[in-house]
Amino acid sequence: MSAQAGRVETTRGGERPRDRVIDGAIVRYTAGERITHWIVAIAFILAALSGLAMFHRAVFWFSVFFGGGPWTRVLHPFIGVFMMLAFVLLAVLVQSDNRMSAADWRWLRQWRDVLGNREERLPEVGRYNGGQKLIFFVQILCLVGLLVSGIIFWRPYFASYFSIPVIRIAALVHAICAFVLIIAIITHIYAGIWVRGSVRAMTRGLVSPGWAWKHHRAWFREVTNGTSPRPGAH
Amino acid sequence: MPLQSLDIVRRSATTQPPPGVRVAASPSVAKLIDTSKCIGCKACQVACMEWNDLRDGIGTNVGVYDNPPDLTDQSWTVMRFAEYEDPSGNLEWLIRKDGCMHCQDPGCLKACPAPGAIVQYANGIVDFQEENCIGCGYCIAGCPFNIPRISRRDHKAYKCTLCSDRVAVGLEPACIKACPTGALVFGTKEDMIQHAAERVQDLKSRGFEQAALYDPQGVEGTHVMYVLHHGDEPQLYSGLAKDPRISPTVRLWKGIAKPIGLALMGFAALTGFLHYLRMGPNDITERDEEAAAEARRRTEGQTKRPAPPEARPPGPGKQS
Repeated sequence: MSAQAGRVETTRGGERPRDRVIDGAIVRYTAGERITHWIVAIAFILAALSGLAMFHRAVFWFSVFFGGGPWTRVLHPFIGVFMMLAFVLLAVLVQSDNRMSAADWRWLRQWRDVLGNREERLPEVGRYNGGQKLIFFVQILCLVGLLVSGIIFWRPYFASYFSIPVIRIAALVHAICAFVLIIAIITHIYAGIWVRGSVRAMTRGLVSPGWAWKHHRAWFREVTNGTSPRPGAH
Repeated sequence: MPLQSLDIVRRSATTQPPPGVRVAASPSVAKLIDTSKCIGCKACQVACMEWNDLRDGIGTNVGVYDNPPDLTDQSWTVMRFAEYEDPSGNLEWLIRKDGCMHCQDPGCLKACPAPGAIVQYANGIVDFQEENCIGCGYCIAGCPFNIPRISRRDHKAYKCTLCSDRVAVGLEPACIKACPTGALVFGTKEDMIQHAAERVQDLKSRGFEQAALYDPQGVEGTHVMYVLHHGDEPQLYSGLAKDPRISPTVRLWKGIAKPIGLALMGFAALTGFLHYLRMGPNDITERDEEAAAEARRRTEGQTKRPAPPEARPPGPGKQS
């Protein structure tokens, strides 16, 4: 066991039930969760690039990835709606693990220890930490804001049903929600890069017991105790 | 089209200045619409269609003289008819030729995200260059006068060009040429202001005490101006804005939100990078793996007998 520190060995592919120890590794994400996550991620990158192209002149050149300005305008809302639908699926899969608890708020209040890599001072973390849960809720709020405001000025289909002052406010709300979401995702991506093993968790689905012990100890205990970390989960 | 004979001074979604060594020989121009002389014949609408090769579809009669009832991608100017009963009970027919006002500070240009889709020439004309238009409709949100219209056919925005192609070669706009009463005049903005002053004086002498020139300063003046008999109440003329200006929402969205938003996104990414340089990766160590293994041995010691970790049977309630 100790010989495998930091490493995850996989001998088999295919479907694995999550929260289970298999071949010395813990299954953190099922194939379905991983695929859904990456669909959302790719859709987000495309929506963000096409949206930013129409937001600031300095990055209008992003529109070349979409076939020019008009195509960027045409595709952006469809990509956005697609991302929304995929996100709903992902949110359903992970929502039960994302309820905020008092310990999560304490974790967030200790953000200095989080950034300072003093994890031993933080409260024990379950499947997700306070920051992950916060980002989950920020994403929901922003995506709802983006969807509602985006529909209001979606041409040529819906914009004609709304008055110009409403469209102006919608455009501003859309920009603000997109800004908050992009900042949240930058944080999310950086956390994934910084905390080694996280990218692997979302690509291969597996983490080492040491990883779970260090970053999600309460979850580790639940997994190794053989009790389901999520009440009512299968 | 970007005409050689008209120098561009402002270009949408462009941060670098356009070529500017030529000093504009032609002064700022303006169209003056004298509502007190307008008889509502719509010759200007016809001239506009003819010169610009526009043929709007046959619409439906909505019970008023306005025809078509609103500006469209094919109708860049429309006569708007308003019946107004003054305080002494006299009926006045207030007719206003509606269309682009060619603001000195154009809200459409400020809102436009497509480089070069909207330009302002040195003579003040604000022109759409449809080949650069992406059809987003932000110009509609930016305009304080509700002028631009997006075509259902090609999804591009259209509006009055002030016949920039004619003005570029020293001609007056087509509507001016067609007006039979002299309600429409065109010239330098200075001359038009002077002409308007004479008209206002004349109207005042005829009992229109509030007659005034409409050259709203909220958009730094316009290159299409009105002489109004009721200069204090422009809303009487089919809702002409009393104090038009670029909406604060648009100013916020297209003013500070744009650069600050983009800068903060870059800053967030940079912060992550610097944090990484400072802290290094948050990796697990042998000690973490050992601690995890130790913890597992302990929990398994509590349950009946230690099972080999590689072949641990699934716990209760975990069958997928």
